[in-house]
Amino acid sequence: MTTQTSPQQAPPLPSRWERLRDSYLLYSFKRDPIAQLSLLVFVVFVACAVLAPWLAPMNPYDLAQIDILASELPPFWIDGSDPAYVMGTDAQGRDLLSTILYGARVSLIIGFGAVALQALLGVVFGLLAGYLGGRIDAFLMRLADIQLSFSTLMVAIVVGALVKAIFGSATFSTYAVPLLVLIIGLAEWPQYARTVRASVLAEKGKEYVDAARTMGLPSRRIMFRHILPNTLSPIFVISTVQVANAIISEAALSFLGLGMPETHPSLGSLIKSGFDYIQSGSWWITLIPGAVLVVLVLVINLLGDWLRDVLNPRLYKG
Amino acid sequence: MTDTLSSPRPEASHSRADNGQPLLEIRGLEKRFSLSGDFLEQLKFKGGRLVREQEHVHAINGVDLEIQRGEALCVVGESGCGKSTVARTVMGLLHPSAGEIRYAGERIDDLSTQALMPYRRRMQMIFQNPYASLNPRMTIQQTLEEPIRLHHPDWSRQRVRDQVDEVMASVGIAADWGKRYGHEFSGGQRQRIAIARALAVDPEFIVADEPISALDVSIQAQVLNLLMDARRDRNLTYLFITHDLAVVEHFGTRVAVMYLGRVCEVAPTATLFATPRHPYTQALMSAIPRLEDERPQHIRLEGEVPTPVHLPSGCVFHARCPHANARCREEIPRLIARDDGSQVACHGVEEGRID
Amino acid sequence: MSLLEVNQLDVRFALRRGDVKALRDVSFTLDRGERLGIVGESGAGKSVAAFSLLNLIAKPGYIAGGSIRFDGQELIGMRDRHLRQIRGNRISMIFQDPMMTLNPVLSIGEQMVECLKAHRRIGRREARAIALRKLEQVHIPSPEARLDQYPHELSGGMRQRVIIAIALLLDPDIIIADEPTTALDVTIQAEIMDLLLELCEKHNVGLILITHDLGVVSQVTQRMLVMYAGRVIEQGPTREIINDPQHPYTQGLMNALPQMATPGSRLNQIPGSMPSLDNLPSGCAFHPRCGFTQRPDGSERTACRSEVPGFVASGNCQAACHMVAEMQDQERIPAQETSR
Repeated sequence: MTTQTSPQQAPPLPSRWERLRDSYLLYSFKRDPIAQLSLLVFVVFVACAVLAPWLAPMNPYDLAQIDILASELPPFWIDGSDPAYVMGTDAQGRDLLSTILYGARVSLIIGFGAVALQALLGVVFGLLAGYLGGRIDAFLMRLADIQLSFSTLMVAIVVGALVKAIFGSATFSTYAVPLLVLIIGLAEWPQYARTVRASVLAEKGKEYVDAARTMGLPSRRIMFRHILPNTLSPIFVISTVQVANAIISEAALSFLGLGMPETHPSLGSLIKSGFDYIQSGSWWITLIPGAVLVVLVLVINLLGDWLRDVLNPRLYKG
Repeated sequence: MTDTLSSPRPEASHSRADNGQPLLEIRGLEKRFSLSGDFLEQLKFKGGRLVREQEHVHAINGVDLEIQRGEALCVVGESGCGKSTVARTVMGLLHPSAGEIRYAGERIDDLSTQALMPYRRRMQMIFQNPYASLNPRMTIQQTLEEPIRLHHPDWSRQRVRDQVDEVMASVGIAADWGKRYGHEFSGGQRQRIAIARALAVDPEFIVADEPISALDVSIQAQVLNLLMDARRDRNLTYLFITHDLAVVEHFGTRVAVMYLGRVCEVAPTATLFATPRHPYTQALMSAIPRLEDERPQHIRLEGEVPTPVHLPSGCVFHARCPHANARCREEIPRLIARDDGSQVACHGVEEGRID
Repeated sequence: MSLLEVNQLDVRFALRRGDVKALRDVSFTLDRGERLGIVGESGAGKSVAAFSLLNLIAKPGYIAGGSIRFDGQELIGMRDRHLRQIRGNRISMIFQDPMMTLNPVLSIGEQMVECLKAHRRIGRREARAIALRKLEQVHIPSPEARLDQYPHELSGGMRQRVIIAIALLLDPDIIIADEPTTALDVTIQAEIMDLLLELCEKHNVGLILITHDLGVVSQVTQRMLVMYAGRVIEQGPTREIINDPQHPYTQGLMNALPQMATPGSRLNQIPGSMPSLDNLPSGCAFHPRCGFTQRPDGSERTACRSEVPGFVASGNCQAACHMVAEMQDQERIPAQETSR
């Protein structure tokens, strides 16, 4: 059966490295100083958070290291500072730099953890709703609508109240991180589900999905092997925004006292703990962690913007 | 898996062909699509009462077709005539609203996913748009291996790979394409890959939905040749959907002309092109741009194709037909067999008003 | 002097890997009332040619050289203000997709009146009257009612008729039609082509028809250009090229048509596919797919690989092909030299 034309030649196969080097992703990154700076700052943040136990001059969780007499010391550029506390200290005498490092660590853990949970729920629900359609779609999307009409705050109050009522405040403090991940993850999965569903609907109409169906592939395989990989771009883009949102949500909850306890402060609870002392002139306890939070959220959002522009297929043809 | 694939099975196909049973049989097929959304959207407030109202697009309205083994049946018609819907319904991508589809005598339109599996291997589909029919995140190797693994789960890794190599060679693509992705290839090359995917599980029946319409002229010839070679070498039967009559004349053994969801004429290709009977077929044929004539004489049809939402009564073509009379406006014409092997659904032809 | 003279037009696209030459050395003329076809496959540059005539190529494309003279004026480098007077007014364009021209939120009448008022100082009522007349000219049934309809209420064929009516609004000298019927059904295509032909003849309008369909070109145009990989490779009277194509590519294109082969037999395919413009073969861009790079005696015609062929005349046609050139040389050389 080889009456065919001779095989056609194809261009040489590029190696993985060549693909990356020639990719539009890298090209646009090289030409975008804002994206470069944002990534640099973000990487520094993550590195500091991961290495906090080694970088921080002291351990803010260790009560033995805290000197209550050294409370409310100003940062180094203000008179009356102590060279041992570069960024000053908070009301309980903890070194602010160390507390911020540990706090950023907590914030990032909750941010990424919550987004992972959101993504898991949202992607699965979005895929099912978009691909199966009909009643399942209607049910899941109404569920998403209902979920969205409860704000993150409401979910936090209910879950927090329940846990505290049933297990007591001490348990809540111990399991604050996983609880916050659960609260923020549960509250915001509909964002993912909607995005995923929209792109599933777009992909579902394409002929490669029809081809997979005529082949006889089971729905599960079509959803996860064929459609899901083609909806990754919007998932990546929304993930950056959602990480930033989750960090802000956590900060807001902590500020309201529904989040991390002050003994294990996140950036949000640090801001809160300093808030009472702004009047007394110790503004740094609030403003320095606040600035750190703003910068962190800003660089994540800037990275997200850049990623969205790069992955937008309409702008792809550079 | 090389001997069964490369050598046609004369005994099997003969014995089946002899008893006259068509490979594919479509009876009274209808397909409607709802325009009215879900239940809540269908509720309308009319005359002080709540009524449920549904509007439908009538994509196919009673299609009867038979395809014999070894045939290449071409379905032609203009956009909106339902030809693609027929193809997609046959392949089980859509469920018919009425009617039945039989494959080798067995009814397949009401089978469960599981029961349909053996037919999924025997029937394969080639799509129109080669830019959308390959999964952009899968390599060519993965694309071609997937159907083989699915339908032959007991095959060894090596046997699957051999089958892929063989099918790649038979459609004229080099083995080193396997590691690449679809977007690295041109439209014609992608269509070759799509054809290889269809042939990979050694089917006997291929539904091709406008497989060359999206390609350039010089590439169309390559792909058409490939499809004809595959037909000869693998003893394939085709249901070939197209709007291009020149392709039909070249490729098809029989032609079905569709208009507004109905078949208006079925005939052996040579017969149809020599003596088109149905007034719509005649108009369609006169519209082909041919190289020879400088001043073509097109048959002008009046008006436009009616919307398939509100079907005209009687013959769907009557509003545009120069020969229509009162009977055409009231009675739906049925396909009537003629001596030359053609079937025409036209009162005028039946009565001898139109020659 | 011709109405439109295009000389050695060079169009490039500035991409990140460097400039891609989308059009090279394209020259042609169009007389008043003449119908010219530009034929080629996707990637041949035929649409780029059409767009660059009105300086409509979008960034990163730019005109790198050559001249376009319309009615004695040079269009390249002309100020946008002046160019707009010509664009739409004296040269109008019809696109493949009617929705590229039609605004979905304005009625047909509003769009036509708008267009007229942008170019002429006339009142609304007068403009509406002209619009109505143009719709009648393109044989739209009940034109009065159509004026108040929106584009989505019309069928594809009707939309394309409206587009033609809009193109005719300002009584242009030239209409450029870029694949005007590709998206339409055969019967509608035939009607639209008949209409274009009728209008061009009646009003003495020049037509540049860009298409991939040799059948359409042979029915509508008087002269044609065949393009391949950004260059014109053959030009001349349509009938002569269709009846006796010189360039191997044109021959291949014609022979690949199903109607040129006996039903059921293999088609004469051209091997390979159109090269991408950023990676063109050396010499004649067609040589890797050409069946005539060897002489009949088996020796290689090396010029095909190394030199870009120039045009050689044969009859009224010109083909850019080394083989054609060589065959003609042989005819001119005395018999004893060739037999040596």
